[in-house]
Amino acid sequence: MSGGIAGRLLAKEHGALRPALEESAWVRRTLIGLTLIIMGVLLVVPLAVVFVTAFSKGIDAYFHALIDPETMNAVQLTLLTAGIAVPLNLAFGLAAAWLISKYDFPGKSLLITLIDLPFSVSPVIAGLIFVLLFGARGWFHPLLAAWDLKIIFAVPGIVLATTFISFPLVAREVLAVMQAQGSDEEEAALTLGASGWQIFRRITLPKIKWGVLYGAILCNARSMGEFGAVSVVSGHVRGETNTMPLHVEILYGEYQFAAAFAVASLLALLAVFTLILKHWVEWRARQRLRGDEPVVTATSQSAALAPSVQRVSI
Amino acid sequence: MSVKVRQVTKRFGLRGEVVGVNDVDFEAPEHAITSLLGPSGSGKSTLLRIVAGLEVPDSGSVQIAGVDVTRIAVRRREVGFVFQNYALFRHMTVAENVAFGLSVRKAAQSAIKERVAELLNLVQLGGYERRFPDQLSGGQRQRVALARAMATNPRVLLLDEPFGALDTRVRVELREWLHRLHEKTQVTTLLVTHDQEEALELSEHVVLLRNGRVEQSGSPTELYENPANGFVASFLGGAKILKGSVERGRASFAEQSLSTSVDLADGAVVEAFVRPHDIGIEKIVGPATVGQVATVSRLVRVGSFVKLSIALPDGDSISVQMPRRECDERGLREGDRVRLDLRDVKVAPPMDYVI
Repeated sequence: MSGGIAGRLLAKEHGALRPALEESAWVRRTLIGLTLIIMGVLLVVPLAVVFVTAFSKGIDAYFHALIDPETMNAVQLTLLTAGIAVPLNLAFGLAAAWLISKYDFPGKSLLITLIDLPFSVSPVIAGLIFVLLFGARGWFHPLLAAWDLKIIFAVPGIVLATTFISFPLVAREVLAVMQAQGSDEEEAALTLGASGWQIFRRITLPKIKWGVLYGAILCNARSMGEFGAVSVVSGHVRGETNTMPLHVEILYGEYQFAAAFAVASLLALLAVFTLILKHWVEWRARQRLRGDEPVVTATSQSAALAPSVQRVSI
Repeated sequence: MSVKVRQVTKRFGLRGEVVGVNDVDFEAPEHAITSLLGPSGSGKSTLLRIVAGLEVPDSGSVQIAGVDVTRIAVRRREVGFVFQNYALFRHMTVAENVAFGLSVRKAAQSAIKERVAELLNLVQLGGYERRFPDQLSGGQRQRVALARAMATNPRVLLLDEPFGALDTRVRVELREWLHRLHEKTQVTTLLVTHDQEEALELSEHVVLLRNGRVEQSGSPTELYENPANGFVASFLGGAKILKGSVERGRASFAEQSLSTSVDLADGAVVEAFVRPHDIGIEKIVGPATVGQVATVSRLVRVGSFVKLSIALPDGDSISVQMPRRECDERGLREGDRVRLDLRDVKVAPPMDYVI
C-alpha cells in the first residue's frame, strides 16, 4: 500500500521534471508555425518582390537605373545626411547619457522623457516643426532671410530633420549600457589619480563601445531610411533635395517601377547589411562580457529598421 | 600619515532628510590599521568615501598628515581605495589594472613593469599578469584590487568591507594575509567592516559607529573590556544587558536567578553587561532550594564549544557558551534545571542609552 503511494508520488515528481514554463509540443509547434507564416508574409515575400521587380527588365536596366544622375544625387545626399546626422547624434547621445547616468539634478526625468520625444511624435509632425521654425512664414525666417540662408527645401533642413528623428537611438542605447554598468570603475580610476578625460577614454569608452556602435548602426539605418520628416522639409527638388526614400517614391509615382525598385533594393541591402552588422556587434559584446548578463540593447530594432523596410514594400 | 576627521556631517536626499554621518570625530593613528565598525546603515562606508573624497561632507573637515584635504580633489589626495565589489577594470588584464595608477601619472614603462611585478609578488599573484579579472576567484580579485590601490604608494589605504563578498574560509585566510602585509608595508589603513571579529583581530584602533555617530573609539581591548554603553557591549562580544537591584551586598537579576556580590548600597538600581562566557552553570539535582530556577531550553554543539540558551524565570532568555568538555563533565541536557553564576561581570548603575 505504502509502496503504491510512494510510487505515485515518484511518478508525480517525474512529471514535474519538465521545466515548469515549458509548453506542450503542439502549442510550441503552432506558435512557431504562426510566427514563420507571419514572418514570411510580412518580411520575406516583400523583400523578394523588391529584388524580383528590380531585375524585371534585366540586369542592364537595373544598373542603368542606379547610375542615373538623379539617382546618384539621391544616394549622395543620403550618404551626406547620414554622414552628418550620425556623428552629431553620437556626440549628443554620449553627452546626454553621461549626464543622466553620472549626475543627479532636478528635471532629470523630464530630460529622459524629452530624449524620447522624436519617437513619440509622428515624423510628419517633426518635419512640420522645422517648417514652422525656419519656413517662409516661420519664426526665424526674417533672420534667415537677412543672412540669405535657406534651411527648408534645402539640404540643411533635411539634415536637421534626420538628426532630430534619429536622436534617441544613440542616447537610449548608451544610457542603458551606462546605467547597467554603474560607475564603480570610474570611481576606482578617480582614486588612482586619473583625470576626467583619462577616465572617459580608458575606462568608460571601452566599457560602452559596443553599445555606442550598436546605437550608431541603428541611427545610421534610421537616418538613411527616414521618409516622413524629410519629405515635409525637402520640397522634392529633383537632383537637389531628394534622398533615396524620396527618390523611390517619385520614380514609383512616374510608373518607373523597375527603377523605383532598383533604388529600393539598395535600401533593402542596407537593411540586411545593418541586421548582420547588428548581430555581429551583439555577438562581440556578449563574447567580451563572457557569461555576464547579455549586453543591454534597450531600443527595439523595429523602431529603426521599420522605415527602410517600409520603403522597400512601397 | 595620520587621518583626522573633525565634526563631519553628511546628509543625503534632495532635502537632506537622510542622515549619513552626523558630527563624527575620530583619528586614525599613523602606521596603524583603524577599523570603522558598525551595523549596516551606521555610516561607516560614507565616512570612508568622505576621507577618500568620493563624497563631500556638508560640514566638518578631513585632514591627512595634518593638512586639511576637505576641498582637495580625489585624484590629488594620494589615497588607495579598495572597493567592496573590487571594481576592477574588466577590459584590462591584471597587470594593466595594477599599472593603471602609474600609467595615468605617465611613469616610465620600465618603472611600471618593475613595480607591477613587485606588487603581484607581494599579493602572491605572480604569473597572473595576463589574466582578465573574470578569470580570477573572488579572493584573487580582492588581492589584485589591493595591489592596484598600493601601486602608487598611497599615503593612506582605505578598505571598504574588503572581505565582505568572500566565503568564511577565504575571509579568514585573507585576514591573516592582510595582517602580515600590513606589518611589511606599515601603510596607515582605514578598514570598514561590520564584522566585530575582523575589527578586533586586525586593528589597533576601533571606531564603533551607529546611526551615523561614533559610539566609542579606542583599542579593541578598551572597547571590549570597558564598553561605554550597552550598544558597544552587545555589538562587541554579544553581551546581554540585565537590569537588577542590590540587596545585602549582592546585585541580583532576573528574579534572583543570577547574582553577584557588589560594593553598592542596598536598593541601588544596577545593570550588568553579561557575555555568553561570563556565566557559570550548575545542574540542580533534586528539588530547588531558594527562589526560582532557570532551565536549559536549547543546547547546540558548535565544534569545541557548546551554546546554550537559558530560559530565565522572568520569561527572558540568555545565551551561554562553554567549552564542550565542561558541558560534558556537568552532564547538561536540554530541559535541565540549572543554577547560574555570574563570573567577574561589571555591574554599575545604568547609563543613558537607547538600544
